Amino acid sequence: MVYLTRREHFNAAHKLYNHSWSREKNEEVFGKCANENWHGHNYELLVTVKGNPDPDTGFLFDVKRLSNIIREHATEKLDHKNLNVDVEFMEGQMCSTENLAIAIWKQIEPHIPSPVKLHCIKLYETPRIYVEYFGE
Amino acid sequence: MPGKVAVYRKEHFNAAHRLFNPAWNNDKNNAVFGKCNNPNFHGHNYEIIVRLVGEPDPETGYVIDLKALSDLIKENVLKKFDHKNLNLDTPYFKNRNPTAENICIVIYDILREKIDKRLDIQVRLYETERNFVEYPVTKENF
Repeated sequence: MVYLTRREHFNAAHKLYNHSWSREKNEEVFGKCANENWHGHNYELLVTVKGNPDPDTGFLFDVKRLSNIIREHATEKLDHKNLNVDVEFMEGQMCSTENLAIAIWKQIEPHIPSPVKLHCIKLYETPRIYVEYFGE
Repeated sequence: MPGKVAVYRKEHFNAAHRLFNPAWNNDKNNAVFGKCNNPNFHGHNYEIIVRLVGEPDPETGYVIDLKALSDLIKENVLKKFDHKNLNLDTPYFKNRNPTAENICIVIYDILREKIDKRLDIQVRLYETERNFVEYPVTKENF
């Protein structure tokens, strides 16, 4: 089994705000991340697939094709957008890095052809903060 | 006489912004600023590097106490910009676009007022890992 990773990036605005709570409670829980007028990040996205290299090509998966799948189904819908307002697949969800990683998995996973499997979505919100989701 | 030394402090802030010119129509804004003109904003992890050049003080050995410089940047820059919308939440971009160039100039102007005039200041601002600007431009770059 080999693990293959493609790195992509996107820049987006968001805020962490639960509309069923008061402003005071949002500020207490989310602090400056609840800023009404948004803030933003340079997100780095690492998508890892797993499988065995094809004996004819030596490839586990064509990385150009992987890049196209990530761009079409994830980064093009996220780049230079407001995650709370502009992104259909985040509608009705809190725009935390955790939820965004899970949503990106759901966007990409159906497009990875068998027998290759999606293994991990690793999403950096800042160089110091990242989450990993393994589909569990 | 050891001469001048350059000292640096790196800080970061995360902010939302939008690039557009209110004097232009939407088509022209889209043509010039592309996806940066998204009306709902987008955002970045900004990194700033502040460079000070001067002679070390003979009594302390410091060009500047870097902790004092860090506090100065936090109080006067990061408090105003971090987790903010640069267009809406700060007074600096009411009449100019919050491009990396203009943000860098604003940060320089803020710090220039607060720092000993004997020290030269340069600010480098990273909007992304790949896009960065410097102000002011001098012969001796970073």
